[in-house]
Amino acid sequence: MTVTLSHYLVLGAMLFALSIIGIFLNRKNIIVLLMAIELMLLAVNTNFVAFSHYLGDMHGQIFVFFILTVAAAESAIGLAILVLLFRNKSNINVDELDTLKG
Amino acid sequence: MDVKSGLFYIFSALMLFAAFRVITARNPVHAALFLVFAFFQAAGIWILLKAEFLGIALVLVYVGAVMVLFLFVVMMLDINLDSVRQGFWKHFPLAAGFGAIIILQMSAVLMGGFHISEEVKNSNTAQAVGAVVQANNTKDLGVLLYTKYLYPLEIAAVILLVAIIAAIALTLRQRKDSKHTDPGDQVRIKSRDRMEVIKMTATQPFVVEAPMAEVVAGEEKKA
Repeated sequence: MTVTLSHYLVLGAMLFALSIIGIFLNRKNIIVLLMAIELMLLAVNTNFVAFSHYLGDMHGQIFVFFILTVAAAESAIGLAILVLLFRNKSNINVDELDTLKG
Repeated sequence: MDVKSGLFYIFSALMLFAAFRVITARNPVHAALFLVFAFFQAAGIWILLKAEFLGIALVLVYVGAVMVLFLFVVMMLDINLDSVRQGFWKHFPLAAGFGAIIILQMSAVLMGGFHISEEVKNSNTAQAVGAVVQANNTKDLGVLLYTKYLYPLEIAAVILLVAIIAAIALTLRQRKDSKHTDPGDQVRIKSRDRMEVIKMTATQPFVVEAPMAEVVAGEEKKA
């Protein structure tokens, strides 16, 4: 039994679903929320690479390259905001982030 | 079952286990370490898919830089684990429902479609540009990146620069309790501000102060 494209896509789907569950479970913990977002991006990237391989098209991998770039920038800024938040509030409780009264 | 399929199943199982531990780990440090493990497994899967450059870039960039940053921040913050874990199981039914819906939807789509016909695959591999030549993944990626995707590459570089500046500008602060010099003041200062010349007479007559002498005399009487 050889591994087909569907195997990789199902793997990506399961990883994506796990990270969605993680976002719902860890509502208070903003660090694990960021990690779940990283997992989601990983699932999407796996899909891109699998399509790129099975369609014989290089452009999927180019897209993964740019997603990796943007994800690295996003997590760096997110962690900087987290440090700033902890400095001002002395905790990282998501429920207390209501300064903007949104 | 050949070696490649076996490797795929091993990598997938370990990656899903690691992802499960990321979202359920009690300690955020453990979650970050399991995320590192998941990234390693994903790199293995990508290398199985003949995307060597991206697999190695995932390990170098993600495990080497982003996850170290995560660990650094997690260890720097003093997190109250109990308050963070509060309501963890309260949300579990909702989370399980959403997860089940997503898995059902995606499997419904994936089981029905995506049997890529051989002619599509052959027509794509026949193309000169963008075709995966089995020889050198890194070279193909580089050729595409520096020719067809040159401007997007520059934009990605600018995004990284913006991220660097934003992260530094957000976390930079000046401590109130530390003494520091202001370079602006140092540059603006004039020579007359630095030294003040005071006029005074060269010699002054020596005067013995009267009250001091009385105290000394009183102490001598007591003795």
